[in-house]
Amino acid sequence: MSPALAGWLQVGLLLVALGVCWRPLGDYIARVVTSASHWRAERGLYRVMGVDPAADQQWGAYLRSMLAFSAISVLFLYGMLRLQHYLLLSLGMPDVPPALAWNTAASFTTNTNWQNYSGESTLGYLVQMSGLAVQNFLSAAVGIAVAVALVRGFIRSRTGTLGNFWVDLTRVTIRVLLPLAIIGGLVLAAGGVVDNFTSPHTISTLTGGHQAMVGGPVASQEVIKEMGNNGGGFFNANSAHPFENPSPFTNLFEIFLILVIPFALTRTFGAMVKDKRQGYALLAIMAILWLASVAGVTFFEAQHAGQAAQAAHAAMEGKEVRFGIPGSSLFAASTTVTSTGAVNSFHDSFTPFGGGIVLFNMMMGEVVPGGVGAGLYGILILAIITVFVGGLMVGRTPEYIGKKIRPAEMKYAALYILTTPAIVLFFAALSIALSGPRASILNPGPHGLTEIMYAFTSMANNNGSAFAGLTTATTWYNTTGGIAMLLGRFAPQIFALALAGSLARQQAVPASAGTMPTHRLLFVGMVIGVILIIVGLTFFPALALGPFAEGLH
Amino acid sequence: MSLTHHATAPEGRGSAGGSGPSGSGGTPRQGTVLPRATTVHKIGGGLLDPRVLWKSLPSAFRKLDPRVQYHNPVMFVVEAGSVLTTYSAIAHPSAFAAAITVWLWLTVVFANLAEAVAEGRGRAQADTLRRTKRETVARRLLGWESGQQSPREEEVPGTSLRLGDHVVAEAGQVIPGDGDVVEGVASVDESAITGESAPVIRESGGDRSAVTGGTRVLSDRIVVKITSKPGETFIDRMIALVEGAKRQRTPNEIALNILLASLTIVFLLAVVTLQPMAFYSGAPQSLVILVALVVALIPTTIGALLSAIGIAGMDRLVQQNVLAMSGRAVEAAGDVNTLLLDKTGTITIGNRQASEFLPVPGVGAAELADAAQLSSMADYTPEGRSIAVLAKDQYGLLERNEGELRGAQFVAFSAQTRMSGVDLAGGRQVRKGAASAVRDWIRRCGGNPAAGLGAMVDAISAAGGTPLVVAERTGGTARALGVIHLKDIVKQGIAERFGEMRTMGIRTVMITGDNPLTAKAIADESGVDDFLAEATPEDKMELIKKEQQGGRLVAMTGDGTNDAPALAQADVGVAMNTGTMAAKEAGNMVDLDSNPTKLIQIVEIGKQLLITRGALTTFSIANDVAKYFAMLPAMFASVFPGLSRLNIMALHSPQSAITSAIIFNALIIIALIPLALRGVRYRPSSASALLRRNLWIYGIGGLIIPFIGIKLIDLIVMNIPGFGG
Repeated sequence: MSPALAGWLQVGLLLVALGVCWRPLGDYIARVVTSASHWRAERGLYRVMGVDPAADQQWGAYLRSMLAFSAISVLFLYGMLRLQHYLLLSLGMPDVPPALAWNTAASFTTNTNWQNYSGESTLGYLVQMSGLAVQNFLSAAVGIAVAVALVRGFIRSRTGTLGNFWVDLTRVTIRVLLPLAIIGGLVLAAGGVVDNFTSPHTISTLTGGHQAMVGGPVASQEVIKEMGNNGGGFFNANSAHPFENPSPFTNLFEIFLILVIPFALTRTFGAMVKDKRQGYALLAIMAILWLASVAGVTFFEAQHAGQAAQAAHAAMEGKEVRFGIPGSSLFAASTTVTSTGAVNSFHDSFTPFGGGIVLFNMMMGEVVPGGVGAGLYGILILAIITVFVGGLMVGRTPEYIGKKIRPAEMKYAALYILTTPAIVLFFAALSIALSGPRASILNPGPHGLTEIMYAFTSMANNNGSAFAGLTTATTWYNTTGGIAMLLGRFAPQIFALALAGSLARQQAVPASAGTMPTHRLLFVGMVIGVILIIVGLTFFPALALGPFAEGLH
Repeated sequence: MSLTHHATAPEGRGSAGGSGPSGSGGTPRQGTVLPRATTVHKIGGGLLDPRVLWKSLPSAFRKLDPRVQYHNPVMFVVEAGSVLTTYSAIAHPSAFAAAITVWLWLTVVFANLAEAVAEGRGRAQADTLRRTKRETVARRLLGWESGQQSPREEEVPGTSLRLGDHVVAEAGQVIPGDGDVVEGVASVDESAITGESAPVIRESGGDRSAVTGGTRVLSDRIVVKITSKPGETFIDRMIALVEGAKRQRTPNEIALNILLASLTIVFLLAVVTLQPMAFYSGAPQSLVILVALVVALIPTTIGALLSAIGIAGMDRLVQQNVLAMSGRAVEAAGDVNTLLLDKTGTITIGNRQASEFLPVPGVGAAELADAAQLSSMADYTPEGRSIAVLAKDQYGLLERNEGELRGAQFVAFSAQTRMSGVDLAGGRQVRKGAASAVRDWIRRCGGNPAAGLGAMVDAISAAGGTPLVVAERTGGTARALGVIHLKDIVKQGIAERFGEMRTMGIRTVMITGDNPLTAKAIADESGVDDFLAEATPEDKMELIKKEQQGGRLVAMTGDGTNDAPALAQADVGVAMNTGTMAAKEAGNMVDLDSNPTKLIQIVEIGKQLLITRGALTTFSIANDVAKYFAMLPAMFASVFPGLSRLNIMALHSPQSAITSAIIFNALIIIALIPLALRGVRYRPSSASALLRRNLWIYGIGGLIIPFIGIKLIDLIVMNIPGFGG
């Protein structure tokens, strides 16, 4: 079997696995967030939190709960990192310095998991497990909660209420993420991912040197790292590390974990709005763009310009031999179209266009399929923009899922799509203009520009994957990165919830033959067009000076 | 049409062959064939008359004032950019900088020109209206009371009239202000506002009592109670409307503006942040080029034409003789889900027509037809005429003139007798009229209505028709001859029209005062989706509320005072100009032609307005792709030669490429002004079909056209010294 065939069989297998899970998982999540009954354990938690689970919140209250929860999470994590020295299982690691602690706290609370440190030499087990891993669950749950609130905006009429944030958060964590993480963690452990509390082994290497082999509770963290679209590795090498991702099987399974929830949420959407076709349409948009980027990255990485690549018959620099081009490309494309940011290869070493595509994947705003929850609310807002322009062309005030897109809705949708590009461009341009931050660039020329663009695109879009090649462990990047991650996460969420509130107050409009259909292929094509054109037009100058300038000879 | 008329239809005056001024005072234009949508869209041809452009130019320059320009954020950015390039072109003169500066200014001027042309058309109409609003002298009555024989009067200027004043107007005089006729009947020339030269009847009481200031009384004398304050008359409001003086942005326009503003911000940011990156890459750009890139990217095409599209949409309605009181109403018309249509005048032609002669046993059909024709000789109502026509068509009976019958005495219809007919010289009397009236007449003349007559009359009523009984008296006793079946005639082409409405997703509901049986028969024949029979104004109101609760938008027409609450409740309420002032105040549109069919056209105009906006927005955004391919290689190929592979149009030099993109950007505005004013072509069809079509033309077209346009302009520009590169 040729490597190319094996690669495509791998994609086929992944598609089958995702297809099998799409419906049951999506329907299950829909049931979880719409069910009227509470589990006993949940009731206990509500009592502890002092929450009345029956109380529906207005969008403002929902937002305040979400922001308060996230603020506490940032502070708690920051505290843990700063005081690591005093904690159990610290493995003797010192306190994390302020700028790095700020960056890391912001990073894990915002589901970004940008890491300006290497896990094995900076953090002890307790911080990894009860600080970072807990945030891996909760930040993912917050994303799903906001998405569910937005969907409720579509299905509710003449009410300002969007459900209860605390209930959504608790249920998604306990009923969805935890059970799946347990199953996934066992599969990973069975596949060879380590999971222990042993102290570092010191071994002698072939060349006679010594190396500390750090183990740790890896599998349990690896599963939520992928499934929650977090991406923060236990080890610096992330999913390229053999303890995190030992074999082609675990590689494929991790990719499956990355994609399974974001895709399934389109089914949840279809089930909640009681029109499955709407879910299929969103699924089609996401699947087409994801597959296109997988094909694109694989195509460019399989090319072999340059001596080293010719010898290897592919651009193998920075890739693991056990994954090869297909396994690395599939992982790279999947981790960047979702907000995961885990890596099993060095994106910095990709060909100019291969690296350009993974950069573009993030520029699309993490919507195909995007982060857990974030992908759904992102694509819904892009669908609203599309419906607005398309709906005008059928001669009616545009409407989506029975709700009109009026000035208020347009305002929030426009602010949403404006925010992330603004953050990216602002910080990237500033970093290039200032001599200090500019000095962090490793490779001069267009590639260096791509490195900076990649860093801020990754942080503002809450992806967290690093292009590498840029020294970001500086006060400037720690600080601005933290701001970019927080703004890039919460400003869009504020607009999404405000939009949801505005939609929920509206009277629903019944569909008729005069309504623009949003479940047909034409609409799928239109949304894809809108995504590509808006992103393309916004970032084309930067892409031209980066990947295009580097790749076109 | 007020509903109460139809509620009593079988026995009422309208169907019993009555005649009189009220019968013809209603709807002056009621064709049997509906005007097609295409006739709407032809209006406004020849818009790019150079003279119109020339006349609008001063206004376009006046709009350059930043305090005015600022209302259009997209063009304001272009103007600010033009100021920057002007400064730059003066500080570092070059042919290139001068060319870009000139074309940027032209872009702003062209945008203002589009708006000025649109406004100019309205202003011309306003001038015409103003001419009718000359100073009038009012004959104010002092202490007028109804029935007063010779009231005291004084002459005052029309402008000094107050609410509640009474004025008198006689033949040849201009009515000094808006009001309701409280005494008398007169024919009035309303051509000043409707453009319709045929005079209309205005009478006190009922639904035809409203008169408009500035119209002229042609005959008789009326007393009018003034219902509007000076300066707030109907004509004043019309002038303000067509001039766009009080034009407010509609919700949809605001939403679109938000989208355009945010795109402008994104592109502004993309270009501002480009400069540090360009510096890093060793290819810093001049101010002129950066401004040019911003202008090329921000959605100038739609930004320039947006307000012109809105003004032109209102204007298209005015050209259809419909006055929309707000742009919001026009937009709502495009969104309408349910149309409430009055049966009479919309679905059926205004009057019922004879369809059949049914003789009683023992009487020949031809004999009945002959008697029916005789009795209708002096009946000039449409019903009466239709009887003569049917007699001629079916039995070859030539129409007789009144003069042919020597010594004949014609009996006119009256509300008391509810009969009309003729007394011939030989003593023969023929009568035709409402069943009960004619039966009474037969009994009074010593006859007995035939046994089968009652059953025949009931059968016709049950089938939704109106029975007219024909009787004659020869010698002493009278006898019934038979029944004429008067039927509602459904307008030609209406079923097709309703089919189109259905594909557009609009439900049609027929409103009628008829009984459910009659209503169903007409509903089936006309293809209307639903009907409301024996409708009272309250029923209508309830129906509107029910539809609105389901999230649907409702449009209706009305003219009577009792329609006013429903007109106010409906999302689109079109008042007939012939109606009462109360109805006109309540609705958000007034149809000067008083043609209830107009509602369908209003919906189409509303849709066309939105489609034009959407199409040009799509076009504008799609254009950007080509502009990037023109400008980015021009800006950076000197440093990264590989980027010249993006120059797929093979533009001659960086200067000519950028200049060509900017020229294209400016010229496309001028090129699209006619489209913005006329509106994009609209045919009623389903949303999917419309979307596919417009997406192809304006989306894909918008991608391709600029590639061709920029290349063509480049072929010219490259020959100019300083652009050869």
